[in-house]
Amino acid sequence: MQVLDATHGRDILEELVEVIVDNRQYLSDVDGAIGDGDHGINMAKGFRLCGESIASQSLSLSKALGTLATTLMGSIGGSMGPLYGSLFMGMAKSVKDKTVLDAKDFGDMLADGREALEQISDAKVGDKCLLDTLVPAIERYRDAVEGGDDFPHALQALRNGAQYGRDSTFELEAKIGRAARLGERSCGHLDAGAVSCCLLLTRLADSTEHRLEKAAA
Amino acid sequence: MQRIINDPDNVVDDAIKGYLRASPSLFAATDHSRVLKYPSSPSDKVGVVTGGGSGHEPAFLGYIGAGMCDAVAIGEIFSSPTADAFLEAFRAAPHGQGVACLYGNYAGDNMNVKMAKQMAELEDIEVKTVIARDDVASAPASERDKRRGVAGEVMMWKIGGAAAARGDSLDEVIRLAQKAVDACSSIGIGLSSCTIPANGKPNFSIEPGHMELGIGHHGEPGIEVAPLTSAEAIATAMCDPVLADQDFAGSEVAVLISGLGATPVMELNILYAHIAERLEDANIRVHRTDIGNYFTSLEMMGATLTLMKLDDELKPLLDAPARSLAITQC
Repeated sequence: MQVLDATHGRDILEELVEVIVDNRQYLSDVDGAIGDGDHGINMAKGFRLCGESIASQSLSLSKALGTLATTLMGSIGGSMGPLYGSLFMGMAKSVKDKTVLDAKDFGDMLADGREALEQISDAKVGDKCLLDTLVPAIERYRDAVEGGDDFPHALQALRNGAQYGRDSTFELEAKIGRAARLGERSCGHLDAGAVSCCLLLTRLADSTEHRLEKAAA
Repeated sequence: MQRIINDPDNVVDDAIKGYLRASPSLFAATDHSRVLKYPSSPSDKVGVVTGGGSGHEPAFLGYIGAGMCDAVAIGEIFSSPTADAFLEAFRAAPHGQGVACLYGNYAGDNMNVKMAKQMAELEDIEVKTVIARDDVASAPASERDKRRGVAGEVMMWKIGGAAAARGDSLDEVIRLAQKAVDACSSIGIGLSSCTIPANGKPNFSIEPGHMELGIGHHGEPGIEVAPLTSAEAIATAMCDPVLADQDFAGSEVAVLISGLGATPVMELNILYAHIAERLEDANIRVHRTDIGNYFTSLEMMGATLTLMKLDDELKPLLDAPARSLAITQC
């Protein structure tokens, strides 16, 4: 059975930092259409700080995710700090005592992250927010694992679900956040949080799959 | 942008430097760069803390002082402070008798305060909260939980601060601050948009010749967009939903008129003259009126009206001495 080595988390985290920092302007542009236009600025600030604090350290996946969570909560503020901070803290706690993750553990990690996020926020699928990406991604991943797919195929389901979820926000009318001000005028634009969540989940899947391939070789 | 700034990304920190230099008797730095405290708070009273996004000056820092708040957490422009900042504000305030955290109903603030409160529990600091929900335009009275906090927060800080200053217990400070903000009904009108320096473009738009009735402190949508006519018509448009929100007839009230940042104070007084007439017609007695820039939205044009129903318990607390940038009275 294919498993992910959870004793080394820094390199996976560095890839998550990279994808957010590389997309700073894109995320702000997406946000600028219907929000404050600062999503990329704030996310890149938090992720870059995390990258600096974990540089050249040897960290388990749990420790690395925990560092990301506390950095986001401590440096971003607003709504994204607590939302992403809780998501990553829930994931960090989920894999705390694990040295390896199989496909089911990986899915549990995502589900525990979602649960932590939902404990601090009343946001729901359909509100035009990052949950619109997160929830279908987790559900498609879980369905794939329960249906007997192997780890790499389940990761492909995660990516597909995330992209589907991100794109679903295009037509949605925002119910929360600053974009809710626009009512129907928020339709026809992607939600910036859903976009950043899709970038993160996709990179997490890529990065995990790459490690599974390396371990198999 | 015609702005007096350096790097647009650093406006909040640059402003904090100014506050510290200008008013050392009101502001002291803490272990967190985004938290300031009143340097002379007695240590044996209940701590009063607030916080919120920047861009609302003089809120929130302007309400630090004697008989007011003890520490304030400061966020980016229109963005909640971090949970860490709220936690440091709880630590920086007197906290042996507990801390009353009095803030406005916004998603980010709710989440960050909730997390900070949990962290404070680990340090044996007892924190209780009152969440201001005075904006009548943001949800009907039957859904008061969804209402945003606006200028009624000023009344909440004044009452809570005065109760803490006279030695009330945490539960009593919370009860009175809650009573104060429940007694407030507010509404805003916006005549123009505002620009966050780091964005460089207006946050939204209001067509020339129009006003948005019920606009929020960050440009949240109002009840309706109407043609901009006279101050008298604006006064009526603002008074109608506020007077319908609570039974004010026959009561004594405090009135707070705050500019949103770019409306001249002269125009706020023009507006008030008509509001005062409306109140008189409705058999409402005005105990006191405060007019000025108390809770703003960067350089938005417009104003908010807050009406607070008074009783024998609230009145002495509202009139109690205070010294802060925004409210000083003896």
